[in-house]
Amino acid sequence: MTLLGQFSLWLALYAAIWGASVAFFGRWRERPELAATATRSTYGVAAALVVAALCLWKGLFAHDFNIEYVAQYTARNLPDAYVFAAFWAGQKGSLLFWASILSIFGAIAQTVTSKRHAELLPYVAAITNLVVAFFIITMLFSANPFERLPYTPEDGRGLNPQLQNPGMTIHPPMLYLGYISITIPFAFAMAALFSRRLDTGWIHAMRKWTILSWLFLSAGITLGMWWAYIELGWGGYWAWDPVENASLLPWLTMTAFLHSVMIQEKRGMLKRWNVGLIVASFLLSIFGTFITRSGIIASVHSFAQGTVGYFFLAFLILVAVVSFTVLYVRWPLLEPEARLESMASREAAFLFNNLALVGIAFSVLWGTLFPIISEAVRGTKITVGPPFFNRVNIPLALMLVALTGIGPLIAWRKASVQNLRRQFVIPVASGITVAVVLLGLGIRDIYALTAWSLAGFVVGTVTQEFGRGVRARHRMHGEPVPVALGRLVSRNRRRYGGYIVHVGFITYIAAFAGMAFKVTQEVTLGAGESAEIRSPFGHTYRLTHLGVSQYDQLNRFVSAASLEVRKDGVRIGRINSEKRQHRDSFGRNTFEPSTEVGIRSGLREDLYVVFAGSVNGTDRATYAITINPLVMWVWIGAGILIVGGLITMWPGGAVVGPGRRREAQAGYEAPLVGAGTAG
Amino acid sequence: MNRRELLRRSALAGVGIFQGAVRPDSVPADPLYRPDLVQSRAVATDADNDPVIKDIERRLKCTCGCNLDIYTCRTTDFTCTYSPELHRELLALRGEGKSPEEIVAAFVAKYGEQVLMAPKPEGFNLAGYALPGALVLLAGGLLVFVIGRRTRQAGVIAGGPVPPVPSAGGAVNLQAAERLRRALDEVED
Repeated sequence: MTLLGQFSLWLALYAAIWGASVAFFGRWRERPELAATATRSTYGVAAALVVAALCLWKGLFAHDFNIEYVAQYTARNLPDAYVFAAFWAGQKGSLLFWASILSIFGAIAQTVTSKRHAELLPYVAAITNLVVAFFIITMLFSANPFERLPYTPEDGRGLNPQLQNPGMTIHPPMLYLGYISITIPFAFAMAALFSRRLDTGWIHAMRKWTILSWLFLSAGITLGMWWAYIELGWGGYWAWDPVENASLLPWLTMTAFLHSVMIQEKRGMLKRWNVGLIVASFLLSIFGTFITRSGIIASVHSFAQGTVGYFFLAFLILVAVVSFTVLYVRWPLLEPEARLESMASREAAFLFNNLALVGIAFSVLWGTLFPIISEAVRGTKITVGPPFFNRVNIPLALMLVALTGIGPLIAWRKASVQNLRRQFVIPVASGITVAVVLLGLGIRDIYALTAWSLAGFVVGTVTQEFGRGVRARHRMHGEPVPVALGRLVSRNRRRYGGYIVHVGFITYIAAFAGMAFKVTQEVTLGAGESAEIRSPFGHTYRLTHLGVSQYDQLNRFVSAASLEVRKDGVRIGRINSEKRQHRDSFGRNTFEPSTEVGIRSGLREDLYVVFAGSVNGTDRATYAITINPLVMWVWIGAGILIVGGLITMWPGGAVVGPGRRREAQAGYEAPLVGAGTAG
Repeated sequence: MNRRELLRRSALAGVGIFQGAVRPDSVPADPLYRPDLVQSRAVATDADNDPVIKDIERRLKCTCGCNLDIYTCRTTDFTCTYSPELHRELLALRGEGKSPEEIVAAFVAKYGEQVLMAPKPEGFNLAGYALPGALVLLAGGLLVFVIGRRTRQAGVIAGGPVPPVPSAGGAVNLQAAERLRRALDEVED
């Protein structure tokens, strides 16, 4: 199997390099048959890499511990779901996962892209092939997943206990899918630059890829938060760790792009900025991978091994130089077709939205790299942790939330004073009402108060937009409200799907603000003893220690501490937190004991219990008890955001035909004026 | 249980409601079947829950290399031997009557500046704190200036003769173009 896997990697490498070469050569010498070969090469690369991936999975499930990767990340008694997930648990496997998925995306892009954009496709094939080739080269020369050991161990080391969690089976692939799929919009942007086809065609060709990529990133980041919350046991979901930051960076620039591209589609402006954002997003996805794999910055998530970091650094520099050089060369072709006409315009609001998003991206990047910069400048090692990031980013994030509510209220081009007054009354009143109610309830935390008030403002904006749309349909077509609402959304999916995304986003923000009221307490309890903890919502939880039970389970020995929980005197159930000692198939301990958190979730707050350990080997247990307000809303916000995102990218839905719709979005181009005149 | 013990327990239970304190240890503890497979922990004390101590610990990084602050590490990574030691060190300094700032300074003196979870906003570190906000403000100011200037220019141009639409190739029906502009303004998407 390793031979076939190795052979497939080499085959994929040759096919990728061949495809990229003929794509450029074919376009240069204007030989379409060579360009068509480039397209076909993407299928060959994908097929070869799928074979390589299947070989690795075969090795994992066959417990072929002679393969170093299999021995390192699995054991005979590892449950099948985690054997499957071990594919992306380590450096080498995740590189193969990345290359395989990218090659599949590259092939799909060739298949599903409309023939109208055929001129771009050879370049798209070339770019995706080159990126795939980079990953294969990294594997073959630095981190080969098919590397064999000089001996065969009796059993493998097993998977890190913290990775033996359902979240592990979906969080990393989802995040990788986000990172990987950014390559396709990048490939289209570069194809547009290479081919000089810099109208809105390339944007239409890759629009769904950008949303898809953004959705994968959003889901991947949130699943990572969920995994950290339920598995790591520190009572939070975001720690501003460098690897977490690295995943946020491309999300921020992609979000900025999704807004600014609308200005290009409608007004023919910001063409250079948009290409720059796509290039930056791709570079940041590679940068995130570099951070994770180089070990340049200490992180709990990193798996730095060998020389992989150098490969990524070299690739990062090469891509940056080539991309920005091509952008510079094509700069004159990216002249804007219109100019901003007023500060009170949606274009201006989107520009400030982009400023906030890119500003946050910069501050996160700056904070992540600041320890290295400080050491280089001052020779002093420093730590840049959550207090720094919160201090710098919270004001920028609040500005972004405000703009989320302001943007949709302002008309394109230029809004009149009357228009602004009419649009802002309800949302501002909504925000002020929330602020007054919260002040009345005694909330004095300035950031939380501002965040929730701005959330009220955004909800006011979205409700008003939906309300006006539904009323208009009701009046014009006599449709009942639910029908009018359904048709409103289905016939303008991008706009109303976007509003739903905004609601998801502010739900996240409101939930994050809740963590300002987190309560923590450590207690030691003997069997039958109780402790009480008061929640920020005024409830009193009484937790009675029932004891510690110990038993064998699957591939581990479990020590489970149980608590009976009463809320305001009413019994609401039991909560268990465990210590798990994982073992291999010979009963030998594999890792240090790990902790499983006990969580009782509600819409208002989570009761979060961690069994810290026993006192002198007895059933007296020390617990860390935390009450985390509004955490459930983080996951609900993610659901809303993803539903909104899916609505925006769902095919169809336009009232006008696709051809006319594209013309309308193209702005004031000559053919449209001509069409208008003729009509 | 005698009357005195009952009264003592009741009093402590009353305090517990308001402070979330631990009930007294009265039940004899049974040994675990496999005590070696559970981390051993000390009995939690009031000092462990002291908000001042927690606040100081959240400002200081554990030296085990985990990237977490002392409080988070000692209440999360129960295999870490560094954070409990740092916690005891901190309690000892507090016991000597040192203020939070003095304790933080003592930790910096002993472990270096990197023991702080965020650098002090002074000297070169100010660049770390101020640069992102300053750049955003600068870029925002620049945007306001540029948009304002263009708006004024557009106003001046609007007062003069109407220029031809540049991309229209010469044959332009300006009235139709204006109608189109208005129609496009209605398209909110």
